[in-house]
Amino acid sequence: MKRTTMGAVVGSVVAGAVATRFLSARQRKWPMSTRAQDRRRPRWHVVTINRPPDEVAPGGRLPEPIAKLGDEVEVQVNRAVGDRGTALAARLRREPSGITGAASRLAGSDPLQAVRAALRESKMLLETGEILQADKPGTAKHTITGRPLDLAISRARGEGRL
Amino acid sequence: MKALCWEGVNELGVEEVPDPQILNNQDMIIKVRLSSVCGSDLHLLDGYIPAMRAGDVIGHEFLGEVVETGPEVRRHHVGDRVVVCSVIACGRCWFCEQGLYSCCDNGNTNPGIPEMMWGQSPAGIFGYSHAMGGFKGSHAQYVRVPYADRVAFTVPEGVDDVDALFASDAAPTGWMGADLGEVKAGDVVAVWGAGGVGQMAAQAAQVLGASRVIVIDRFDYRLDMAAHHLGVDTLNYEETDIDGELRERTDGRGPDVCIEAVGMEAHSPHTVAYRWEQVKQQTRVMETDRPHALRQAIMSCRKGGMVYVLGVFAGWIDDFPMGALMNKGLTMRSAQQHGERYIPMLLERMSRGEFKTAYLMTHPMPLSEGARGYDLFKHKRDGCVRAVFSPNGDGRFTTR
Repeated sequence: MKRTTMGAVVGSVVAGAVATRFLSARQRKWPMSTRAQDRRRPRWHVVTINRPPDEVAPGGRLPEPIAKLGDEVEVQVNRAVGDRGTALAARLRREPSGITGAASRLAGSDPLQAVRAALRESKMLLETGEILQADKPGTAKHTITGRPLDLAISRARGEGRL
Repeated sequence: MKALCWEGVNELGVEEVPDPQILNNQDMIIKVRLSSVCGSDLHLLDGYIPAMRAGDVIGHEFLGEVVETGPEVRRHHVGDRVVVCSVIACGRCWFCEQGLYSCCDNGNTNPGIPEMMWGQSPAGIFGYSHAMGGFKGSHAQYVRVPYADRVAFTVPEGVDDVDALFASDAAPTGWMGADLGEVKAGDVVAVWGAGGVGQMAAQAAQVLGASRVIVIDRFDYRLDMAAHHLGVDTLNYEETDIDGELRERTDGRGPDVCIEAVGMEAHSPHTVAYRWEQVKQQTRVMETDRPHALRQAIMSCRKGGMVYVLGVFAGWIDDFPMGALMNKGLTMRSAQQHGERYIPMLLERMSRGEFKTAYLMTHPMPLSEGARGYDLFKHKRDGCVRAVFSPNGDGRFTTR
């Protein structure tokens, strides 16, 4: 409960930051500059949500999984290209790189993993009303040869090309 | 509960595993009545589908009875007899709204794995590796069904369990090949593979008006079954030149629609080339999939025709005849099955006696004989086309 309340507070703060952008979103060809265009790192990560913008961020309030990321990310909410719903985009303000980045990725503490997971979970919540859970327990047997796969599975919601 | 588990390459065993639980409000739990083997399971068994863990429950084609529902399940109730689509799709994302259910954005709990393999994540599939979500399979006494209102379908009164069972995967997969392969009245359709899916594709092509359907395989008992139940032409590729036969039977043009229902472990009568392909596949670097049937379909298809790929491929292939595809103006399409799009229609046709499926079951068995069932199925022994398990019964069941 406490976490939910904090999430709502953080969400409201972030919502203020994106409200102006969101409210001015119209039929634009591409609402955000990409990394190649503005030569700025890190890159935007975007999901298209099959709901209208006013349902994705009603009154400027962001979906809870994204709101929980707080000031770590910049967020944009725009009409999706081709009128296919809403583009929810997030990018880290600072992305770990080099050895630190690789280590945090392996350890599961890479903030980019949290961004991807939050985008995917926001999309699921808005489109289906729930966040689909993996079957539990994942396996009854843990083997040495299965460890790399165990690791990949444990990071699978936060990894990928999103 | 008891379940048939993948233990390693070519190793299966019946084990005691934890009962499934409702984990989401839209879940329900099914007591499995019947669960069929599928040709695509052989790729798991043979070690060609990555992301399998010892102890994973396999099986994805099933029918059962609802025993528990989550609080947000509206269309199903305890006691309902349902057939469940092998593909787990939310029914509400953009892809589902287009009818592309196996491309669902929200059905796979491990999207990072297929995104690294294929660029994007498809939907989840029951019992089909952690790349497809790691969901427990149906060769078990009970199974959890996510998005139950979208994935499960009530079986109409009067439709037999065994008929309805194949509405889970084989029938909609085959139907999709003919439907999205755009079979039209008068077309000649060639189907590579006389397994369950290939025979369903052939039947669907007939229903959609094909003037001639030709099924290709190397096992006479399977070809005989297709000829007997469907009345199609058959060709044994070990006994004749397929391309020459197809040209003769299409007045020199080639088939209008070629449906590939074989997949990544295709055989070939050309011994040296086939052995070399096996070597390449074993390296997992030179190629992961053997596409002999696909190559033949592309080469045989008429100019401007359609090649529809139903067989499961996992990675990359070598010697792909891109020149033939381009210069003949072919269209090639493919997908894991969009079952949710077809199952209600197929159940309706079954209730009217317009679509036959039950004959595919050649070996009814209890779950305790799961490993033997797969052995018969894999090695094509004893006339096996489909072994069907009854996880809560003794395997003594028959079709009407």
